[in-house]
Amino acid sequence: MDIFLQQIVNGVVLGSIYALIALGYTMVYGILELINFAHGEVTMFGAMVSIAVLHLLLPSGLPLLLIVALAVGGAMLVCMVLGAGIERVAYRPLRQAPRLTALITAIGVSIVLQNVAMLIWGKQYVSFPPVFDVTRYEFAGAAITNIQIAIVVLALVCMAGLLVLVYRTKLGRAMRATAQSPELASLMGINPDRVIATTFMIGAALAAIAGIMVGSYYGLAHYYMGFMLGLKAFTAAVLGGIGNIGGAMLGGLLLGIVESLGAGYIGDLTGGFLGSNYQDVFAFFVLILMLVFRPSGLLGERVGERA
Amino acid sequence: MNFHPRIRSLTLLFAVSVLIISCGKKQEVEKTADGKLVVKIGSVAPLTGPQAHLGKDNDNGARMAIDEANERGVTIGGQKVHFVLVSEDDQADPRTATIVAQKLVDAQVKGVVGHLNSGASIPASKIYLDAGIPQISPSATAIKYTDQGFKTAFRTMTNDRQQGMVLGEFAVKKMGAKRVAIIDDRTAYGQGLADEVEKAVKASGGEVVAREYTTDKATDFSAILTGIKGKTPDVVFFGGMDPQGAPMAKQMMSLGLKAKFLGGDGVQTTEFIKLAGSAAGNVTASSPGLPIDSMPGGKSFREKFTAKYGPIQTYAPYAYDAANAMIRAMVQAGSTEPAKVLAEIPKLRFAGVTGEIGFDAKGDVLGGAITLYRVKGGKWEVVEVVQSGAAPTAGK
Repeated sequence: MDIFLQQIVNGVVLGSIYALIALGYTMVYGILELINFAHGEVTMFGAMVSIAVLHLLLPSGLPLLLIVALAVGGAMLVCMVLGAGIERVAYRPLRQAPRLTALITAIGVSIVLQNVAMLIWGKQYVSFPPVFDVTRYEFAGAAITNIQIAIVVLALVCMAGLLVLVYRTKLGRAMRATAQSPELASLMGINPDRVIATTFMIGAALAAIAGIMVGSYYGLAHYYMGFMLGLKAFTAAVLGGIGNIGGAMLGGLLLGIVESLGAGYIGDLTGGFLGSNYQDVFAFFVLILMLVFRPSGLLGERVGERA
Repeated sequence: MNFHPRIRSLTLLFAVSVLIISCGKKQEVEKTADGKLVVKIGSVAPLTGPQAHLGKDNDNGARMAIDEANERGVTIGGQKVHFVLVSEDDQADPRTATIVAQKLVDAQVKGVVGHLNSGASIPASKIYLDAGIPQISPSATAIKYTDQGFKTAFRTMTNDRQQGMVLGEFAVKKMGAKRVAIIDDRTAYGQGLADEVEKAVKASGGEVVAREYTTDKATDFSAILTGIKGKTPDVVFFGGMDPQGAPMAKQMMSLGLKAKFLGGDGVQTTEFIKLAGSAAGNVTASSPGLPIDSMPGGKSFREKFTAKYGPIQTYAPYAYDAANAMIRAMVQAGSTEPAKVLAEIPKLRFAGVTGEIGFDAKGDVLGGAITLYRVKGGKWEVVEVVQSGAAPTAGK
């Protein structure tokens, strides 16, 4: 039982990270019906930039909290510029083009970003400086560290903040209006271009936070890390119902738990025939099942044609 | 997609062979000005790219042996000879390795010291086999290299089977582990090493309580480790590289898994210490070969080498011994003809810098050593040096 509980804890931590990244996919899809495959790379940039800032400032002797705040702020800023830049350069010129064109462009952007990161930070794994000491708490036989708690809490705060932003502010109303019909929204005095750019920036800021979480949790970052993270988060978004903000959160958490339980028990269930190296397979198995049986996702109200 | 490189290298090979045939098979006998017969020995290692420092090190090790032989003057079958080292760069790339191997064969080298990487040595070994040229690798450790049954493939470095045996025994006998969990990354290296460790743990009376797998791209091992935690191992062995090993050691700590972490040479790197942070303190890892100070001829070798080429990286002494083995085999055969030299290499017994050099029937070095290290104060520190297998009996 304590093993089961521990696997759930592992899954929730992993899932909160997926959920944060999935929000970026789902927000962009909600407005543009575009799957921004470069989103995983934005996450990677978040991790890389924060590491660079930490390495730069740690020897300076500034207060630790200030350095961390600067690292987080710097990563978010770079990612927001990156997100808005990608939208401006790669997607806006293609807004009237067939959907497939934009999708292929997204994959192209993702490859470009990977290679840029490789040129800047090299092919090696980059280590995340140990900023905080790890403290472990045990309850009911399961262990959780302060970093894991921080990840889950921070993710929940970000999600709550996003919900408030989308459903309680003027900007949020403009975003929802643009999602329904950019033409009509512009008749009401909304500048759809600006709203779309803002959406990209918000998604990128969340991705930056997720990237920092991944970096600090695993202690390393790599120019290629965004690819798998992006695919998993995309799966989470589809699972919850792409375009649906609540769905992305639910999908992320569920996917994390499914992966954790799957990897933990597959060896015993198949008598050793399949091992835990099939961890990644679960995510994509879930993706296939959803696309075949319920393309609109768990919480999706949208029609299947849009998925 | 997968096809293109193969077709390209095949085409290239074809073109090269046509070129050779059209050039004719004239055996050129080169002589130096003072009438010595020129004998070419190849040396292959990555001389460019991220492993260039290691490659240059190997190359210099072989060069030093050749230079010394030329200074003292070697006579083979009554003919005075002058050795020439032909260095090639394989960029640690399997495809480039086969191309430069063919280049050396065409240049009519009488033997090859190299390559540095297992991944390069294995594909190249087929080319040397077909050409009948002896190859002695100073640093390839993959079991497959000598397991192919090629009569031309030898190495002066211990292989992963010997390393795995030492690791498994060390876990049970020295670390006092009764229950061992084993994880590998499903690569040829990781899986090969983990399989040997598993055998050795069982043979030493330990129990393998879990055998789990990951990939060489994974970073999250919490699910695997949670499962392993339930089986209360004393030692967790990981067969793989540092980018996986380091987060794994970290996650063991955050899960409260109180086992020791044991790894092979893939995690025995300075990079690992950087990536693992405070979790590195729980880690023991092995590396094939001896630390230079423990080698019988280590001190004087280091003095000579450092004076000529600067500090030793890692494998230079093994390359030096490999080149000397080649030269000795030629002297013993009384000929530089590869077929005759090949017949003599298995009979070699001599005191090298790294220890007694001799080869078993497969071409593996007899009684090579494995060194175990532990992280202390942010550095790898030697815990123990283990001689694996039976030491060769001293001969000629």
